[in-house]
Amino acid sequence: MASNGKQPAGAIATRWVEIGVAVALVVVGAIVILDSHRVGVGWAPDGPRSGYFPNIIGWILAAVGAWIVGETVYRWKSLESKVFVEREQLKPVLQMLLPTIAYVALVALIGIYVASMIYIGAFMRVQGRFGWLKSLAVAIAVPVAIFLLFEIWFLVPLPKGPVENLLGY
Amino acid sequence: MEEIGNLMHGFAVALTWHNLVFMLVGILLGVLIGVLPGLGGANGVAILLPLTFTMHPTSAIIMLSCIYWGALFGGAITSILFNIPGEPWSVATTFDGYPMAQQGRAGEALTAAFTSSFVGALFAVLMITFLAPLVAKFALKFGPPEYFAIQLLTFCSFVGMGREPPAKTIAAMMLGFALAAVGLDTMTGTLRMTFGQTQLLQGFDFLVAVIGLFGLGEIFLTMEEGLAFKGKSAKIDPAVVLRTWAQLPRLWVTSLRSCLVGCWMGVTPGGATPASFMSYGMARRFSKDGDKFGEGQIEGVVAPETAAHAAGTSALLPMLTLGIPGSPTAAVLLGGLMIWGLQPGPLLFVEQKEFVWGLIASMYLGNIAGLLIVLTTVPWWAAILRIPFAIIAPVIVVICAIGAYTVHNNMFDVVMMLGFGVMGYLFKKLRYPLAPLILALVLGDMAETSFRQSMLLSGGSMSIFFANALVGSIVTLAILLLCWPLIGYLLDRWRASQGRPKRA
Repeated sequence: MASNGKQPAGAIATRWVEIGVAVALVVVGAIVILDSHRVGVGWAPDGPRSGYFPNIIGWILAAVGAWIVGETVYRWKSLESKVFVEREQLKPVLQMLLPTIAYVALVALIGIYVASMIYIGAFMRVQGRFGWLKSLAVAIAVPVAIFLLFEIWFLVPLPKGPVENLLGY
Repeated sequence: MEEIGNLMHGFAVALTWHNLVFMLVGILLGVLIGVLPGLGGANGVAILLPLTFTMHPTSAIIMLSCIYWGALFGGAITSILFNIPGEPWSVATTFDGYPMAQQGRAGEALTAAFTSSFVGALFAVLMITFLAPLVAKFALKFGPPEYFAIQLLTFCSFVGMGREPPAKTIAAMMLGFALAAVGLDTMTGTLRMTFGQTQLLQGFDFLVAVIGLFGLGEIFLTMEEGLAFKGKSAKIDPAVVLRTWAQLPRLWVTSLRSCLVGCWMGVTPGGATPASFMSYGMARRFSKDGDKFGEGQIEGVVAPETAAHAAGTSALLPMLTLGIPGSPTAAVLLGGLMIWGLQPGPLLFVEQKEFVWGLIASMYLGNIAGLLIVLTTVPWWAAILRIPFAIIAPVIVVICAIGAYTVHNNMFDVVMMLGFGVMGYLFKKLRYPLAPLILALVLGDMAETSFRQSMLLSGGSMSIFFANALVGSIVTLAILLLCWPLIGYLLDRWRASQGRPKRA
């Protein structure tokens, strides 16, 4: 991953992501500390209050996060050439992430079976450049297999929508 | 001996047709999971866990643990044939396994890998058989301070033995504890960190986290690498198997050393992945052909595979006897125990004899069955990997979504899985270890309870952790492990200043 000299244009530097994640850790730590103080970090008549243990955790988390920020800033120059992800690599990741977000939204709206059909079919058509026939075959076969396995054999209900209702489920 | 009698009884439990079928299904599913990218032992078992809620606990654990053995076997196939580790613990297997496959010795490498996996597992199961009842008996006397000390040791050993930067290990761990604290505090009934959101009342379920972190995160990473699976063809004919088996006894020192490393790393939760690297490194240092490692040495396959399997198996020892899992997959199995209504810990050996010994017997049978199955079915699994990733990826995402949903029949869990997936991708790339996060999420409530109970006993004084020799020495060992990276660093500095060559 590390390349020599200057990073290529259009790449995301590791040091920025590193700092971003570490700052997020500090923020989470701070939230934990604040909330622990809300419920009480001291002692009640019946023993330590609810915030007693999380308070300690929050402080360690914030401290370690701050340490990682400090370390990254300290080595800022030497980290210059480290590339977190290049634009050509980021593209396929987003091509996976964005449809998956849409898929999760679809599952909530129209149930898992139809959403999976659309998701698998579209992914194969667009990403894999498969023909209509092959894409449709897999897109239909997988949800049907899942339906048989979960709803029929193991009696585990999965989220369903209008189409399943029409079919009587 | 009492153990032998119990074990024989266990075999009687495991050897019913019913359980044998579950065992077989488990192994096949496990190898499939181990071969596919994005599905591994931990999240594979997590996804299938809801399907077992209605099953008898003994059958359920036999099937799920066999999935685990299968996944351990399966990881080696992709490492050797495709140079793609299907599981993190088989990364070290690629170093010499893939060169062997390139030289046309794939059959030999696979046979060596499977056989040494089997040897490692067998060693660990033997250890569990004879050591687990003793540990359980001993642990019956534990009070809250002892439990907290063991948990502290668990987490400190991640810092001391992990390959990731110590600060990041601690950060991942603390994040796990923080996430575990979300929701209802069972000791006082107070709501913590829910911020008025009813969705957060139940807190974060670690099964959802496992599926997101290991499943989706892995898929994103695989997409980034733009995978085109180009593998060596695989066929194992019996002659090659026999020839390889004839070679293996000569490597008994390597095997034994790897077994010991694996068991140690599995019991103190270093885990299978560091165990495999450590064992590979030691084999290279002690072998007389050390400089030829990386060019296709059979020892370089034997060492990591033996250790990984020994570690993976022995991780069940602390889970069964103390209720403290030694690896993420063991943690998922532990979650299963609780869902089936079994309380993990030393009492399990007293109250649920049939369950415990049925499981231990199934470890013997499952690994024998696993060895035979993978040796005979390698070509199929290699064929599965030739299915284009554009088909596999969406199908795995769908399976992950179903797995996350079925944990609580809750749509919000699917959204959280997505969040954990992105987090898994970022953490993996920045070298934050995921195993401590998962274990902290699982053990968070337990660790907190034992800590608070200890504090109650002592009235808030930390001195209770040094109150007797047992708890004191465990805590001291834990602190030593916690400081190990620092000690190592200082030693290096000191040696460098003495003008001696630096430690490798």
